[in-house]
Amino acid sequence: MTDPLFVPPTRRQLLTMIGKAGGAAALYQAMTVFGHAAESQFTGPPKLSGARPGSTVLVLGAGVAGMLAAYELTKAGYNVQVLEFQDRTGGRNYTVRGGDTITELGSPTQTVQFAPGNYLNPGPWRIPYHHRTVLHYCKELGVELEHFAQYNFNTFAHNKAAYGGKPQRFRDLYVDYKGHVAELLAKSLNAGALDTAVTTEDKARLLEAMKEWGVLDKNMAYTKGIKVGEQRGWDRPPGGGVNGAPIPNDVGSLSDTLSTKVWQEIGFYAEHVMQETMFQPKGGMDHIGKAFTAKVGNMIRLGTRVSKIAQDAKGVTVDWTDAKTGAAGQSHAEWLVCTIPATVLGQLDIQVSDAKKAAIRALPYGNSVKIGLEMKRRFWETDYAIYGGHSFTDQDISLISYPSSNFFGDGPAVLLGAYPFGIGAYRLAGLTPEKRIAAALDQGSVFHPAEYKAEFLSGASVAWSRMPWILGCCATWTEESRAAHYQDLVSMDGRIVLAGEHCSYYGCWQEGALLSSLDAITRLHQRALAA
Amino acid sequence: MKHTRGLVAMAAVTLVAAATLADPGFAQDRPGPGGGDTAVADSGKEVYEQICAACHMADAKGGGQTGARVPALAGNKNLANKDYPIIILLKGRGGMPWFTDILTKPQIAAVITYVRGHFNDYKDPVTVADIDRIGAANPPVPDCNCGH
Repeated sequence: MTDPLFVPPTRRQLLTMIGKAGGAAALYQAMTVFGHAAESQFTGPPKLSGARPGSTVLVLGAGVAGMLAAYELTKAGYNVQVLEFQDRTGGRNYTVRGGDTITELGSPTQTVQFAPGNYLNPGPWRIPYHHRTVLHYCKELGVELEHFAQYNFNTFAHNKAAYGGKPQRFRDLYVDYKGHVAELLAKSLNAGALDTAVTTEDKARLLEAMKEWGVLDKNMAYTKGIKVGEQRGWDRPPGGGVNGAPIPNDVGSLSDTLSTKVWQEIGFYAEHVMQETMFQPKGGMDHIGKAFTAKVGNMIRLGTRVSKIAQDAKGVTVDWTDAKTGAAGQSHAEWLVCTIPATVLGQLDIQVSDAKKAAIRALPYGNSVKIGLEMKRRFWETDYAIYGGHSFTDQDISLISYPSSNFFGDGPAVLLGAYPFGIGAYRLAGLTPEKRIAAALDQGSVFHPAEYKAEFLSGASVAWSRMPWILGCCATWTEESRAAHYQDLVSMDGRIVLAGEHCSYYGCWQEGALLSSLDAITRLHQRALAA
Repeated sequence: MKHTRGLVAMAAVTLVAAATLADPGFAQDRPGPGGGDTAVADSGKEVYEQICAACHMADAKGGGQTGARVPALAGNKNLANKDYPIIILLKGRGGMPWFTDILTKPQIAAVITYVRGHFNDYKDPVTVADIDRIGAANPPVPDCNCGH
């Protein structure tokens, strides 16, 4: 006999109970245990509803965090207004095309010369398969995604101190690296050096593994041969007829292999956020911002420069200046979502706790530069068989990245000619746009010496430290600053809550901006209903 | 002589955070394995031109407008006290990061000496001993309405 009170709950009922009792975090933990969600804290769009009639929210910043807040809060029944510093929406969700101008502090204005259809994403440019919030809203808002080619064995790696500065195919370095490591481990095992660390059974398995993984020969050595050729490629590839037999190429030495530091690239592609499958919006990242703008654009006041944010028991008051007319204005609402980057917010008069002010002012922003180079033709495809992916270098440009769209297309195409953080980014940012292009062409020529300058048409660059509305690329946290300030930054302070990538553990990613926004508006809604 | 990076050893003074800005931290989008070994020249002028000018501009007059400003270093009275720029280069302030992970102590001393002497009229040099003194004392970052 079954007592209905003691029927075990279904998994769905259990998750609902956990969600009610412990909130979204507990729900996420439980779902992870049940194997539902393992990769993002996103558990679906917030189902906010029942805002008090006439309730108002002011959102500062029309980047993706601000526009998502406006979109979901409007659905929940709030009256929302958004103030935006720039004369465009999207924030760092940004794409430049032919005819667009780029205006930095202290640099001559650039007018982008790219052919129709070509573009540069100066900000975010790729979306990992597990960034479920971004992917969800792309689907919901009808943003068409295509594959972003991330992992490409046929790209190059260049290190000034390796191979005499001659770029090597990543494939060759990868195969050489595991071959040499496998050979050395096999030698150690066979010499008995690891007998105290591994069982006899595991030793046998490891030797088998090293032979197969490293493609070792019968003497357990990594040497030139047909088997290695099947991974590494050929001096003469397999063909038909009388000369069909392939000829393997020489393998690299251990010292040469180590001098390339290829383990860094191998490790890079193994990072969760860098793994395939990767996506991009077709035609430019700003299609996400445009899709949000289509929903909330009528709530956004552009060219509106906030100077002061105050609050009292009844609501918030924001002072601003119209960028075009210079006229002063004021906006009021009951609640405020502020997505202004910390670099700028730290300079504004904002009425929040000292702890939150300290958190805002303890958050430095990394610098980055992106340079787009339009080439007359896709020589990397036709002449090098490179279809998307990245060639890395230890020069300032850090990498060049090949376009993932319109493979085999005719006519001009844009490749990413530089994407450094740190020293390389500072150094390129300090150059005039014209000199940045010259530097990018000089450095990128190491990969494609015959074509790079000959096929060049025009270039465009964005130095994030000089973008007047953010003065940096994205927030840089450390373990220490997280411990000291993170909770103070994200806490709701009276009627004010902050959102954006800087208020997340997914810094520099749109996923972080969106997750932060959803968390902020969920807490705001709870506070508003309880008020 | 050229240095690569990460050479300001502060082990004794748990002062500086571990993350580097070339490798901006947990899970961030970043270029990948390239670029990190690029070298910064040693003279104060060169460090200024290669690093500082990215934000403070070639003329050290900064940029932007009230509320969204990169401060000018030229004619900056805060620099009269040489400890002030040392603290900021070691610890960062506002949107500006610390520079201990990409500049050496001699480079930090040289660039502060250059900025104080060339763009201002403070001629007393900053030395590595000054950097060590501040590192050991570990003073708080001066409060600011950052950008002014």
